[in-house]
Amino acid sequence: MSAVLMVGIDCSECGDRAIEYAIDYAKRSGAKVFVSHIIEWSPFSFSTVEENFERHKRREEELKRAYSEVIDPVISRLKDEGLSAEGLVRHGNVAETLHELAMENGATNIILGRQGKSKLKAHVFGSVGSHLVQMAKCPVTVVP
Amino acid sequence: MTKLRVGITTLIGLFASFSAFAQEVGIDEKINLAIKPFADAVAGAVFSSFPVAGVQIPFVLVWLIVAATIFTFYFNFINLRALKHGFELVRGDYHDPKAAGEVTHFQALATALSGTVGLGNIAGVAVAVSLGGPGATFWMILAGFLGMSSKFTECTLGVKYRDELPDGSVSGGPMYYLTKGLAEKGANFARLGKVLAVMFAIFCVGGSFGGGNMFQANQSFSQLVNVTGGDASWLADKGWLFGLIIAALVGLVIMGGIKGIARVTSKIVPFMAVVYVLAGLTIILMNITLVPSAIGQIIDGAFTAEGISGGVIGVLFQGFKRAAFSNEAGVGSAAIAHSAVQTNRPVTEGFVALYEPFVDTIVVCTITALVIIITGTWDPSVDPSAGVQLTSSAFESAFSWFPYVLTIAVLLFAFSTMISWSYYGLKSWTFLFGENKVTDATYKLLFLFFVVIGSSMQLGSVIDFSDAMIFAMAFPNLLGCYFLLPVVKKELNEYWADYKSGKLVKTRVS
Repeated sequence: MSAVLMVGIDCSECGDRAIEYAIDYAKRSGAKVFVSHIIEWSPFSFSTVEENFERHKRREEELKRAYSEVIDPVISRLKDEGLSAEGLVRHGNVAETLHELAMENGATNIILGRQGKSKLKAHVFGSVGSHLVQMAKCPVTVVP
Repeated sequence: MTKLRVGITTLIGLFASFSAFAQEVGIDEKINLAIKPFADAVAGAVFSSFPVAGVQIPFVLVWLIVAATIFTFYFNFINLRALKHGFELVRGDYHDPKAAGEVTHFQALATALSGTVGLGNIAGVAVAVSLGGPGATFWMILAGFLGMSSKFTECTLGVKYRDELPDGSVSGGPMYYLTKGLAEKGANFARLGKVLAVMFAIFCVGGSFGGGNMFQANQSFSQLVNVTGGDASWLADKGWLFGLIIAALVGLVIMGGIKGIARVTSKIVPFMAVVYVLAGLTIILMNITLVPSAIGQIIDGAFTAEGISGGVIGVLFQGFKRAAFSNEAGVGSAAIAHSAVQTNRPVTEGFVALYEPFVDTIVVCTITALVIIITGTWDPSVDPSAGVQLTSSAFESAFSWFPYVLTIAVLLFAFSTMISWSYYGLKSWTFLFGENKVTDATYKLLFLFFVVIGSSMQLGSVIDFSDAMIFAMAFPNLLGCYFLLPVVKKELNEYWADYKSGKLVKTRVS
């Protein structure tokens, strides 16, 4: 079974280190690469009537923007490197949803860049990396 | 940005002309005198009543209760048997991960609830208990229970016949199911549907000015005067000023496009509701020894009605009326709010909507009523127009600081209800007059105007007019619902069979 990488990125630049790492890894192992971007969203948030009626429209816009601004530039880069790559965007809790996507696509490794939060912030809010490490059913690589 | 600037300039203009006008003495009194005859006439027409055992019973109330009862039996006590599944849906057990980012059942319910939980639960209950005695609580709970079936029906229809617009946004509510739903039944029904939809839209616009606006402004002002010193408060005769400030804030949201204010409110309101419920429960627990006797008073009062004008019928009337006004079941407003949900099975939103009267009336109203009864703050001789002040003093007797918290809660509840209703009203208005910048702005300016009027009027006329407009919506809405009952039943039976046979995908294992 060949390797499948799930790379989680925040925005096209901030995922750079993780992408470099994934390119290197994929070139050596011939792995397929999934590049995913999670839009922070909770099914239990509160919203106004008007927001609800506009929600479907907004969601389409969010997805479109995520592909064009975050995912597509990275995918074309990977393709230029001769790798097999696919982009994914989904709404949800970042760590949980990234893990779900990894499991759905049979990822053997999850790769993400470190967010570089301060110690205090990470302590209070937790970080995506530490959440993932605790629940993931596959190895997680956090690229510094 | 230009939109914002225009909005602000308009508001400042309004403010300036009003301030000049208000230099004269007794402006509140003048507004009250000018509007009262009209308000009274509308109320008189909607509440045309017939005598039952010596009490005048308004036909509209019978209309609401009969429909709720028929729906409860027609759907074989859906208000009991679907509660568990409704909860699973709200919890997200059947949430499709592919639809992440769309409006969930939880969000649709929470939004609809923050439009109904509010002054009806605080001021309305106080009015019911002072006029009808503790026994009114019993009938209020029963009305809430039956009302769950009305909500189920109208919200299922709201989702089924909503319009999905080309730009991706949705639009739903009684206007749509009355036209589209009845049109499926043939040409004559199509004509009837159109008439009913127009009637509904007219009343909904009225309701958005009345109960969704003037009543809210009026009661929050009354509470503000109350905590700042009552009649001695410098605010006491400045309802117009309060109205202008609230109108400016509402205007910033609905005309200025400052959505942030509404968004923040939508997040604080659920929190305030929780604070209110917890405070109520604390008072009940502190007086736990008095609870059995309070429950005794509620049950005895429901059937004996000692010292209440109109006897049992009078008590029942008060309970039913306030419940209906608080949870709006059968009125059709909730069908607008719920129709935004993401689902391809309309009946699921019906199950979720069962929780609206449940939380609003059976939980929150009952807590308010118990607090008022336990603390002994209700008094048949008290001025019924005291409304929210009565609840305030009930809570004050346990926590001296609570009136301040309640004032903030009341202001926020009122504000969020106004924002919700301005949307319901606008949707109805554009249904009637078409959607363009002029009609849009006309409605919004009228809405703001009524905020000021509502703050300046006395409660009696405001409450009658508000009740009248909101209840009038129930005539076309429920009539249409009767014709569409088979549609809902078909949806329900198909879904329930799938649910029972385990065909539905449960995405959350618990």
